[in-house]
Amino acid sequence: MYSLSKKSKVVVKKEMTWSEKLYLPAIFQGLMITIRHFFKKKATLQYPEQKKEFAAVYRGKHILKRDEQGRENCTACGLCAVSCPAEAITIVAAERQKGEEHLYREEKYAASYEINMLRCIFCGLCEEACPKDAVYLTEELAPASFDRTDFIFGKDKLVQPLGTSAHPKTYKPYKK
Amino acid sequence: MEILPIEVIDKLVIIVAVFGISLVIAMYSTLAERKVSAFLQDRIGPNRAGIFGIFQPLADGVKFFMKEEIIPATADKGLFILGPSLSMLTACMTSAVIPWGDTLELFGRVIPLQVTDINIAVLYVFAVVSIGVYGIMIGGWASNNKFSLLGALRASSQMISYEIAMGLSIVALIMTTGTMSIGEIVYQQGGELYGIGALDGFAWNVFYQPLGFLIFMICAFAECNRTPFDLPECEAELVGGYHTEYSSMKLGFYLFAEYINMFISSAIMSALYFGGFNFPFIDKLDLSHNWETIIGVGFFFTKIIAFIFFFMWIRWTLPRFRYDQLMRLGWKILIPLSILNIIITGLVLLLTL
Amino acid sequence: MDNILFFILSALAIGGALMVILARNPVYSVLFTILTFFAIGGHFLLLNAQFLFIVNIIVYAGAIMVLFLYVIMMLNLNKQSEPTQPFFIKVIAAISGGLLLITLLGALRGMDSDKVISDIPYSDIGLVKNLGKVLFTEYLIPFEISSVLFLSAMIGAVMLGKKNLKDH
Repeated sequence: MYSLSKKSKVVVKKEMTWSEKLYLPAIFQGLMITIRHFFKKKATLQYPEQKKEFAAVYRGKHILKRDEQGRENCTACGLCAVSCPAEAITIVAAERQKGEEHLYREEKYAASYEINMLRCIFCGLCEEACPKDAVYLTEELAPASFDRTDFIFGKDKLVQPLGTSAHPKTYKPYKK
Repeated sequence: MEILPIEVIDKLVIIVAVFGISLVIAMYSTLAERKVSAFLQDRIGPNRAGIFGIFQPLADGVKFFMKEEIIPATADKGLFILGPSLSMLTACMTSAVIPWGDTLELFGRVIPLQVTDINIAVLYVFAVVSIGVYGIMIGGWASNNKFSLLGALRASSQMISYEIAMGLSIVALIMTTGTMSIGEIVYQQGGELYGIGALDGFAWNVFYQPLGFLIFMICAFAECNRTPFDLPECEAELVGGYHTEYSSMKLGFYLFAEYINMFISSAIMSALYFGGFNFPFIDKLDLSHNWETIIGVGFFFTKIIAFIFFFMWIRWTLPRFRYDQLMRLGWKILIPLSILNIIITGLVLLLTL
Repeated sequence: MDNILFFILSALAIGGALMVILARNPVYSVLFTILTFFAIGGHFLLLNAQFLFIVNIIVYAGAIMVLFLYVIMMLNLNKQSEPTQPFFIKVIAAISGGLLLITLLGALRGMDSDKVISDIPYSDIGLVKNLGKVLFTEYLIPFEISSVLFLSAMIGAVMLGKKNLKDH
């Protein structure tokens, strides 16, 4: 077989030579390897103080966007739910009433928009499918919980809070 | 009005100091172990409790004391407590015969920095080591758990197997030095190596007994239950071993005894084979006797710490033996080798004297 | 000082030896045996026989009793499995034990006690150097013969362990 890394070694089962049977050279070799690592640069990150930068394409918790005037973008077309390979999204649509124009941009809106975070695989296909720029995956991590029902994220957890920045990737949660 | 003779007070001070130092060093060995393992694996290790994690041993100790003390209902209560106590006792007992330094001249008196210099010190070390098996065996049996019992049998059969090779490797050393007092052995190592003036203070026994030292060191690893011989307590593939049922500070005592043993065997190795408190060119520095002693103690502890580091270095480099490999190494390789070493030493002594 | 130590050690030795017999649990018996060995070792030390003391501990307490403990731990002896001895065996055991005691007492009676006390405590024969010299000069032949005995015992043990090899 062709070796891609050129680092593979062919293992041959043969009688060991006398010096190999002593094991001491091999032990010495091993000790040299470990002591080299002793002086190497450490890979540790002091986590709570230092945080690793996310990749630009990182996909975390979802957000339902608002436009510049603070209206929800989502029109409950259901394309995200259809495109979702994990079938994690459930939408209940409703018609916009008079006097709700400042809340919803389109005439139809999502009365309930739920993502089951236990099913979600964070593939980002909902983001791709959305024609209204409503769903984005942010850099925020989906929080852990001891209760299964906590993982069904409704609009209370998904809609972008008022007064936060518009760009989805730079979205930062409210500070307490 | 004197209650105690002044010599007794000297000895008491030395005993307390030795006891305290060995406990503190064992305590910080636990931190050093974690640090060394971290560094060898490209990590940093504990650094939250104090700077560089120097309060980590205290935190660990507090944690051990706070844990719930469980004695299994079917366990033999008295022996269950006796097990870790014996382990700790025998671990601390050996330090009595180790010469920590030369003599100090204080208040017009000469104080040797050694608890006692008996003329059977080497044998005393072996006696204490052989008693150390009981702590493990009693603990394992008293747990009334078949896995503990098997772990205890595993541990004790390993320890008594390697004791033999250890004793035989020391026999060759005693043949060359002609004494069993460790203090005397250390004093003998202060001269010139092979009679060459440039190598003053280097007459360490490791240069006269390299094979003996190697066997002794391997056996010391096995006696301390350190990797690659840590089958008695290997957590990963065999059940915990003799301390499966132990919790809280009783478990802590077992683990702590291992670190004290490591410290003591490092001290014995550096005293017997690496010149103890002797350091090179001791006479050329032209210092007063007390200063020489103090520097010597410093050198001795440097050697000990180097050995402790080596213990850890080996632990994080080598994998564990399989049990049959362990027994083969002990009985079929180390014991014949040490007998060969004795024969060679005897021949050389016969030819040169 | 020596007398106090002597009495403490003797009490320990006798008490330990009694407990060996009286303890119901064989593991306790073994542990009390070890205690007895330590007490006897202390007596050796009082007689300035350091080598005997340390060898007593290494060999008896450290090696032989460990093997005893091994066997007893593996046997899993408990009250249920303890066989009840017939009465006449108990009588026979008591009689033979008593005979041994009488023999020992008789041997002690015949000894010249003054000589023993004056000679032994201050001799240096127990030190390693002196003992070695005596063993390798005066008692060389018995010493070597006993080592041959040990060697044959070792070979015998190996042969016993290997006896099944023929079948395969």
